[in-house]
Amino acid sequence: MKRNLTSQMRAPIYEALEQFRQMRVVPFDVPGHKRGRGNPELSAFLGQQCVSIDVNSMKPLDNLCHPVSVIREAEDLAAQAFGAAHAFLMVGGTTSSVQSMVLTVCKRGDEIILPRNVHRSVINALVLCGAVPVYINPEVDQRLGISLGCRREQIEKAIREHPNAKAVMVNNPTYYGVCSDLRAIVKMAHAAGMLCLADEAHGTHFYFGTGLPVSAMAAGADMSSVSMHKSGGSLTQSSLLLIGPDVHQGYVRQIINLTQTTSASYLLMSSLDISRRNLALRGRQVFHQVADMAEYAREEINTIGGYYAFGKELTNGNSVFDFDHTKLAVHTRDIGLAGIEVYDYLRDEYDIQIEFGDIGNILAYLSMGDRMQELERLVSALAEIRRLHQKDSASLFSEEYIDPIVEMSPQEAFYAEKESVPLENSEGMICSEFVMCYPPGIPILAPGERITGEILDYIRFAKEKGCSMTGPEDPDITRLNVLK
Amino acid sequence: MELWFSEYHTPDVKHSIRMTRHLYSRKSEFQQIDIFDTPEFGRVLTLDGNVIVTERDEFIYDEMITHVPMSVHKNARDILVIGAGDGGVVRELTRYDRVRKIDLVEMDPDVVQACREFLPSNACRMEDRRVRIHYENALKFIRRCEDKYDLIIVDSTDPFGPSEGLFTKEFYGSCYSALHDDGIMVNQQGSPFYAADAEAMQRSHKRIVRTFPISRVYQAHIPTYAAGYWTFGFASKKYHPVDDLDGDAWNALNMRTRYYTTRLHKGAFCLPAFVEEMLQEVEQ
Repeated sequence: MKRNLTSQMRAPIYEALEQFRQMRVVPFDVPGHKRGRGNPELSAFLGQQCVSIDVNSMKPLDNLCHPVSVIREAEDLAAQAFGAAHAFLMVGGTTSSVQSMVLTVCKRGDEIILPRNVHRSVINALVLCGAVPVYINPEVDQRLGISLGCRREQIEKAIREHPNAKAVMVNNPTYYGVCSDLRAIVKMAHAAGMLCLADEAHGTHFYFGTGLPVSAMAAGADMSSVSMHKSGGSLTQSSLLLIGPDVHQGYVRQIINLTQTTSASYLLMSSLDISRRNLALRGRQVFHQVADMAEYAREEINTIGGYYAFGKELTNGNSVFDFDHTKLAVHTRDIGLAGIEVYDYLRDEYDIQIEFGDIGNILAYLSMGDRMQELERLVSALAEIRRLHQKDSASLFSEEYIDPIVEMSPQEAFYAEKESVPLENSEGMICSEFVMCYPPGIPILAPGERITGEILDYIRFAKEKGCSMTGPEDPDITRLNVLK
Repeated sequence: MELWFSEYHTPDVKHSIRMTRHLYSRKSEFQQIDIFDTPEFGRVLTLDGNVIVTERDEFIYDEMITHVPMSVHKNARDILVIGAGDGGVVRELTRYDRVRKIDLVEMDPDVVQACREFLPSNACRMEDRRVRIHYENALKFIRRCEDKYDLIIVDSTDPFGPSEGLFTKEFYGSCYSALHDDGIMVNQQGSPFYAADAEAMQRSHKRIVRTFPISRVYQAHIPTYAAGYWTFGFASKKYHPVDDLDGDAWNALNMRTRYYTTRLHKGAFCLPAFVEEMLQEVEQ
């Protein structure tokens, strides 16, 4: 991918804000804090610099709902940096990017092919638009208990069995860094007249590093949601939606505007602009360092014994077509502790907050902001947790992917007549709400799916292990809403 | 022209020393290192603008962090020193004939180099054949050690900079594993006086108490450190810092010291009421 580095040195939104500040424009518009003067406590907390650029859309600063000047330029530069036909700046999190992708390609009754380990935002989008999911069962690594990517054969089969599906969606990569064979999937989808969508919430760096898995745009995918605020370094809630040449830009903008705020935050937008510039100019070096740190940590953690910090050796040419080696995921079951237990020890005993712990693994998120001294602390803390808390590993439950039985569209089930029943009496019924184990936010049950004994066992075990379960109306998850 | 070095002990308290000559200034990979001459305190080493060593009062710190554990553990032969790139602790340790091995782990080679050149009175024994210098992250070094040392001396800078990792539970736990069954760990634990320092001292004590069966704090008066008042942690698997002190044995070594005495040793563990209270608060 060619980037024009001279133009990538620009950051139009940031520059416009700097200029705007010097103009000392008198604000008789929103926001009402008026550059922070009306809210001194907030200004003291966030800093004058920050509140002074929390301003409204106006001519010199453009408008995200219909960008024509500096936001438009920032989007063009982002598109160039990511090798996309167009890039949309997003201010509602990558959730909004994912929902815009789904709403762009599907309407009520349309089918969309998805791996089950999609983020909940995808299924929420199905509730909004009424599309019907065709789930692909991702392979599970038996030793690690994590879901992998999709096998080519599974995609092929789903496309063959659902020839009218509108699109195929792929995680690139999964939370753990596992990538499917995206180039092949794009080819299969296009050959069947379907679009290919990518959830790249964890893949921003694929566009800039070297030796990393292929990015969605480079693989020829049609749309991608990119969490700039994760590996890209921008502020939380800022994101990008990328499209390829065969997707109609104006229509996507209309879809985005259905749900997007009309008061987009300039803090978020300028953070996207500045981060894109940083990635374009220095991304290669930055991600090289991150990958080196992750490699080092893997070696050190694997020296401790008991833990297994996994890496590129997982690749198998299909369901693990590639692996993102900047990710630092560690299998903890062989020391007799669930990932969530190690996650809790790290936070409660060692003041170390990691990204998540599930039943068998933890994930520490490494990025451009990390330093070796903190990485040493993480490794030492893991060594100490093993020394002090190691247990017999026999009693642990193996995390299995549970095949969903989809009885109706998520929208139909979500809005249907329902009743609340105790969890233990719900077997065999159709669920009308989500049950998520969070993180990593992969649905155990989604609206429209049949509740099985196996699913109930999983919920009980995950609750017992202290995973945070979310979704149902009943916060303690002792009851579930089911269809009458 | 007057030249003054100033260090903030709190945002509202400044300690200043008149200096005559700036001898060394370098930004290393880890920190800003400076060495300068002063009329009152002689040659001074600062890291990130904090006084670490002055020729005039270093003996208090180096004697107290070394001789207190050495007089309790009469068989301490294999010793690990962390930080202390200036060489003061090593100098004190090499005075004991029984010491067999001193591993010095210092992350910053520039500190050692600068002190060799400009602070020879501290660095004078770094060439002793028993001393091995490891330029490494201490957490990494100690993770690999098990049942290996009689004594660990943690001579770190304050907990708000590159030494932060040396005030953590994972570090103290690793020290515990690295010690023999009768091993001792001594660490500099900061000042109990100003609020931010006092909190850091409490946090570190809390973590040590939960790691070692015996954990006591002792004090010394050090003019150039914050509030002129400093504490050390004495953590041990077996020996009690006062009950197991054999004063006669140590005095028989005939070691001349300028601050430490076996009488002072016992007194140093008697703390002011407000410090005792702070420690008790985190001991429960």
